[in-house]
Amino acid sequence: MLKDQDRIFQNLYNDKGSDVSSSQERGDWVNTKEITDKGRDWIINEIKESQLRGRGGAGFPTGLKWSFAPKEVGSRPHYLVINGDESEPGTCKDRDILRFEPHKLIEGCLIASYAVQAHVCYIYIRGEYFLDGQKLQAAIDEAYEKKLLGKNAAGTGWDLDIYIHYGAGAYICGEETALLESIEGKKGQPRLKPPFPALIGLYGCPTIINNVETIAVIPTILRRGGKWFASLGREKNTGTKIFCISGNVNTPCNVEEEMNIPLKELIEVHAGGVIGGWDNLQAVIPGGSSMPLIPKDKCETLTMDFDSLVAEKSGLGTAGIVVINKDQDIIKCMARIARFYKHESCGQCTPCREGSGWMWRMLERMAKGDATKDEVDMLGDVTNQIAGHTICAFGEGSSWPVQGLLRHFKKEIEKRNNLDPIVQKKNNIPYLVDQHLLDKKNA
Amino acid sequence: MSLRRPAKDQPDSFEFNASSLEAANSIVAKYPEGKQHSAVMALLYIAQRQNNNWIPLAAMKYIAKFLDMPYIKVYEVATFYTMYNLSPVGKYFVQVCTTTPCMIRGANQLVEACKEKISENECELSNDKSCSWMEVECLGACVNAPMMQINDDYFEDLDKQKTLDILDKILNGETPRPGSYRGRVNNEPENNRKTLMDLKNA
Repeated sequence: MLKDQDRIFQNLYNDKGSDVSSSQERGDWVNTKEITDKGRDWIINEIKESQLRGRGGAGFPTGLKWSFAPKEVGSRPHYLVINGDESEPGTCKDRDILRFEPHKLIEGCLIASYAVQAHVCYIYIRGEYFLDGQKLQAAIDEAYEKKLLGKNAAGTGWDLDIYIHYGAGAYICGEETALLESIEGKKGQPRLKPPFPALIGLYGCPTIINNVETIAVIPTILRRGGKWFASLGREKNTGTKIFCISGNVNTPCNVEEEMNIPLKELIEVHAGGVIGGWDNLQAVIPGGSSMPLIPKDKCETLTMDFDSLVAEKSGLGTAGIVVINKDQDIIKCMARIARFYKHESCGQCTPCREGSGWMWRMLERMAKGDATKDEVDMLGDVTNQIAGHTICAFGEGSSWPVQGLLRHFKKEIEKRNNLDPIVQKKNNIPYLVDQHLLDKKNA
Repeated sequence: MSLRRPAKDQPDSFEFNASSLEAANSIVAKYPEGKQHSAVMALLYIAQRQNNNWIPLAAMKYIAKFLDMPYIKVYEVATFYTMYNLSPVGKYFVQVCTTTPCMIRGANQLVEACKEKISENECELSNDKSCSWMEVECLGACVNAPMMQINDDYFEDLDKQKTLDILDKILNGETPRPGSYRGRVNNEPENNRKTLMDLKNA
């Protein structure tokens, strides 16, 4: 287990309070000026050396992302945007940072803004976290009062203003370009890349977008050195990570642990074990709902980091671990996730808009045993037609969990669904129901 | 995609009151000059708060004029994002999360409780018109599942009886206490904490 002094988020459970003075006791805001005095190149190099990878799901190296920002500020100002639109089912880590460690985030914003030469930072928070956003706003107000923000923020000589922008219940706004559209006051529909936001982002200006957790760990990395961070975990999967363990476990919780920790340790030690014992485990979704599930036999030895999960054809994503035990109907669980994606598709690309509904309806019928044999392969077909054929990664995110189900639980689906094909006219099951008929009348 | 329609009965006019107007102006100031369109989402929230938790078409027209942008753009935003209620939802708007992490911990019991106490169908006002409920997608409190949101407050670690009690309270005009209903502190593992122990005991 990670030593307590190596945990970055000391106040994860709010033992100490989140105001400036108690944050300073934990080491925030102590020597911000010393850090920025070492210069942009030093900061970016140190982050590169720490091998920090973005905590928002894709795992892109943060130092590399920052180095994409133009070196000189031209006619267009630079922006820093923080992605706090945490909506991935199974994930609730950013919420705790917003409400209990706001000053880690704010100080991270200042250092990151300095490194990418931004004077304005927008923090995009999902609308449902209104009260947590208000807590962050209170922390920002306090920081302004103590001259840690605004002109010559924290004595660094750098001017920074931070504003909160609330989302309004759209999962897709967690995609970085959809998030920019949303800040610009439009529907959250992703943009084509390239051009990448680092060159043409918010209002057409160079914009660096990072997850809340990524930014919040920056000050600690710079204080303790990139080497310290890189010494945790393993090569290219370094540092610590907040894991959210939910589902059928005895004590669901958020916990900060070292990367590359065995999944079994997380579940057994921190989450109090699977309800009904380890043998009652059916499957685990390792990184938020969009990552393919992993069956029990592989959970035994699995370690939690980006690369080892990719090797299992899944992903670390946001590290939201959903444990599903044998009391649950795995097909129903996945059908519910498919319904989530059907509901949240932004409607821009046809394969995703229509396909997400097809997947949901097919899975609902499969859960009831109302599907025909040939539909199992057809479902696989649909997922392949969506993944890779859309503007953003939502297409992959919605089809991967279904593909994971087909990969590991195909036998179970086939056992339950053995109707003859509809063409033999033994059953009258509508393949495609008009989606609008299924929607709520007055929503 | 979710299909959303405005309510049939619409008020004729809408205008920000003094406090809304002040809030709106301070929000427009957050964005660069000429980029006031960015404020549309926040302004819709302000309109929703002022107008008993829902946004009439007149408010969208008013905001369009306020921000000097086409009405259809505001309409687009208001119908795209699901947190803007386009029809009356009552003073207490109950949202029950039923996405997989909550579902496998028994979110259906919360739905049953809502059906018993509020209304048979979702998005339907209760008898006294003070309350309505709906199933929503992940609210981002998965380790506190099952949970629901009433207006801005999260109610976590629920079961059917606890939900019935909470709903009784709001229907009687009382304010129930938000947070965990199993008495645990935030997101820590209940009675099983193994990290940051010296802070806990300090």
